[in-house]
Amino acid sequence: MTEAPMTETPVLSVRNLTTSFLVDGEWKSVVRDVSFDVHPGETVAIVGESGSGKSVTSLSIMRLLAANTSRIEGSLLLSGRDLLSISEKEMRGVRGNDASMIFQEPMTSLNPIFTIGRQISEVLTRHKGMSKSEARAETVRLLEKVRIPNAGARFDDYPHQFSGGMRQRVMIAMALASKPRLLIADEPTTALDVTIQGQILDLIKILQEEEGMSVLFITHDMGVVAEIADRTIVMYRGEAVESGPTEEIFHRGKHPYTRALLSAVPRLGSMQDRKWPTRFPVVDINTGETAEPKEVAGTVDTRKTPVLAVKNLVTRFAVRSGLFATQTGSVHAVENISFDLFQGETLSLVGESGCGKSTTGRSIMRLIEPTSGDVALDGYDVLRLDQTGLRDMRKTIQMIFQDPFSSLNPRMTVGAAISEPFVKHKLGNAKDAKEKTADLLRKVGLSPDMAGRYPHEFSGGQRQRIAIARALSLDPKVIVADESVSALDVSIKAQVCNLLLDLQQNLNLAFLFISHDMAVVERVSHRVAVMYLGEIVEIGPRAAVFDNPQHPYTKKLMAAVPVPDPARRGIRRGISNDELKSPVRPMGFQPPVREYREVSAGHMVQVA
Amino acid sequence: MPVYIGKRLLVAIPTLLIISIFVFSLQKLLPGDPILAMAGEERDPAVIEFLRDKYRLNDPVVVQYFYWLGGVLTGDFGISLRTNQPVLELILQKLPVTIQLAVMAMFFAMLIGIPIGILAAVKKNTFIDYIANVLALTGLSIPNFWLGIMLILLISVQLGWLPASGFESIFVDPVRSLQTMVMPAFVLGNALAATLMRHTRSAMIGVLSADYIRTARAKGLSPREVILSHSFRNALLPVVTLSALLFGELLAGAVLTEQIFTIPGFGKLIVDAVFNRDYAVVQGVVLCTAVGFIVMNLIADVLYVLLNPRLRATL
Repeated sequence: MTEAPMTETPVLSVRNLTTSFLVDGEWKSVVRDVSFDVHPGETVAIVGESGSGKSVTSLSIMRLLAANTSRIEGSLLLSGRDLLSISEKEMRGVRGNDASMIFQEPMTSLNPIFTIGRQISEVLTRHKGMSKSEARAETVRLLEKVRIPNAGARFDDYPHQFSGGMRQRVMIAMALASKPRLLIADEPTTALDVTIQGQILDLIKILQEEEGMSVLFITHDMGVVAEIADRTIVMYRGEAVESGPTEEIFHRGKHPYTRALLSAVPRLGSMQDRKWPTRFPVVDINTGETAEPKEVAGTVDTRKTPVLAVKNLVTRFAVRSGLFATQTGSVHAVENISFDLFQGETLSLVGESGCGKSTTGRSIMRLIEPTSGDVALDGYDVLRLDQTGLRDMRKTIQMIFQDPFSSLNPRMTVGAAISEPFVKHKLGNAKDAKEKTADLLRKVGLSPDMAGRYPHEFSGGQRQRIAIARALSLDPKVIVADESVSALDVSIKAQVCNLLLDLQQNLNLAFLFISHDMAVVERVSHRVAVMYLGEIVEIGPRAAVFDNPQHPYTKKLMAAVPVPDPARRGIRRGISNDELKSPVRPMGFQPPVREYREVSAGHMVQVA
Repeated sequence: MPVYIGKRLLVAIPTLLIISIFVFSLQKLLPGDPILAMAGEERDPAVIEFLRDKYRLNDPVVVQYFYWLGGVLTGDFGISLRTNQPVLELILQKLPVTIQLAVMAMFFAMLIGIPIGILAAVKKNTFIDYIANVLALTGLSIPNFWLGIMLILLISVQLGWLPASGFESIFVDPVRSLQTMVMPAFVLGNALAATLMRHTRSAMIGVLSADYIRTARAKGLSPREVILSHSFRNALLPVVTLSALLFGELLAGAVLTEQIFTIPGFGKLIVDAVFNRDYAVVQGVVLCTAVGFIVMNLIADVLYVLLNPRLRATL
């Protein structure tokens, strides 16, 4: 930290901030009466779920909302200067200079047609009056500062030549270019893989110490808050319901919503003494009363034959290039994986982007054609079925996708969407279909009279329930849930997980649960398989894998998960800028033969 | 880049062959016999037979096609049945006229369409946007021939500012050449301007709501920098492709425009040829147009790649 005189003047002082949007000719407030301070060198987190107004708060501070459809009231003092009383032109001198901002989506936040060097130096020529060559030298220094390897040579590279994590580093370099007093980070790690998230959080912490700036950190992730924030503001429906030192909030949160939010957060390591998957505790948002989570009874019967048996499954995609698009290599998306799934069991596939977990799910359903292997599903030899057989087979296995907003046809009523599989497979007449739909809606916790409505009339959580009902309409035995709760807010996520556990209890379903979220996986799984570069590196009972991880990658993955415990605030993972590796191999690549060691009963780890 | 262009040219070969077969057979299917037209009133069987032999019309159709294709590949498009001039000569005579018209029309279309499109996008849902859309709709709805005739009446007949018709080569008398071409080019470009404006507007609206534009604003850049440097080049990508496709429309429009302003261009050549059943000329003109269209698309693709660094890397 630079030794500026520590005055009591906060870097940012927000008083009675109210932001309204013009919707259909009416002003609707989305942030109401929010007040807080950010002191020099301090990190303040604003935490809340979607629609809580946290991002609007940050965009209001930067005055980045569309001028004609938004209205900001209250006072915003940046180092004592009122940002709401200055002109737009003066405000441009503040943005990127006194206060700068980084955003959630590193993949889309950089202009694709300009080099990253140009985009960073723009800030320097704009605010610091540097010449092009001075700006270039300074930009290279900044790229080194954010630990981009070989910084000098990468000045003239375009955004698409960088991975998501590296692009976020570029964004950070851009934000720090003019040495701002305040950095606003709006969900900067949400779109990143967990090990990359760890790197970026570390980088922000280190740079904050080096530069002595203040950070306003917007996030929905309590784990990230615990790790980074000195003080925390909890927002709910446009209002700041509680604020205070992070530890106070976590241990002695007073507002019912704070407690509801914290109890819904999946915590890695919270399942240490439990044998079976466990429901999330449900907290009443109005009273803060907690209903203790029930442990789910055992549902797995491993004496029977597995309902799904995968043997030596391989899925590769050709990489083509050159004049005649000749194959130059392969993406080894899924490489020789084998596992069993029993009736009533949840097996989770975990790993980061590109590890092949989703491809595995799709290959099993033959939504993607696998290269080789065997898949036995309840009597079907899946990889050798013809079109008719395949159609028939899909009655046994169904899928729930990640994004409830795009996986339902907007022009189809919810009832029609749910009954379509039932009707198309000719399982009954219109009356049966209607009864089935009503029954399914009740099963997923919705009311049968909602069948006539369209998807846009439902919230994200409700839509995911509808997607679950649709998957259940053929009475499948196996459900592939591909990141099915990842896009949901934490409290909704808890509810949907509970629903899945209930359905498993009642219908004896087997789940192949594909997820990158280790904490959720710990909660809902019987067994866990960790995937890395298309291979299973470790598989075993949930307790064995989580309590006694053996493979270095499993350990790395677990260490990177932010845990919602403020005591870990000082944590540093050691500076690293490892990238996720790519499973693209040249032609003629022979995958090595892997050997597995049995750690304990059913717990296998790849050794070579 | 040379590999990319080479690849595109290779793809163009089968396309051109298919077009050539299509053009050749279509002619054979059309009613009317040019020999009868040439033989005159008497229809002397000996003369007809002599003419059929001379133009190889007694050979099987497939053989006729290969004779024709072989000629085309060596630059011999045949002889106009009507004027006895080589078709290639006719085409080379008229082509520069139409190219000048097309280029000037495209210039007008871009000059009007793109800036108004940007303005309408930036001022989305305001009075300015509304006016721009009304203008675009008007431009699209006004028929070419009507606008052409009205302009001739107003500017040439009433005001006497510009010549009503005629043509002068730009290499002979540039001023006179531009004077004769301004009105036809404006008329021809008018409808394209409207299309370009609508597409520029929607491309710009998409880009202006992109995350990287928010980043640019968060950097403290001025609206001018944000719009012209960060947004416009991205919005230009779809507009470039569209412009090449519009080139086809431009040629179709040129036929009518050249008739109105009596410009001795390609359009007039093809109209005259069709009416006279001048097979060789029609074939040559259509093939030339197809080549022109393919070249324009190639140029658009190359520009697209040059403007888009993500594709540049794949070259």
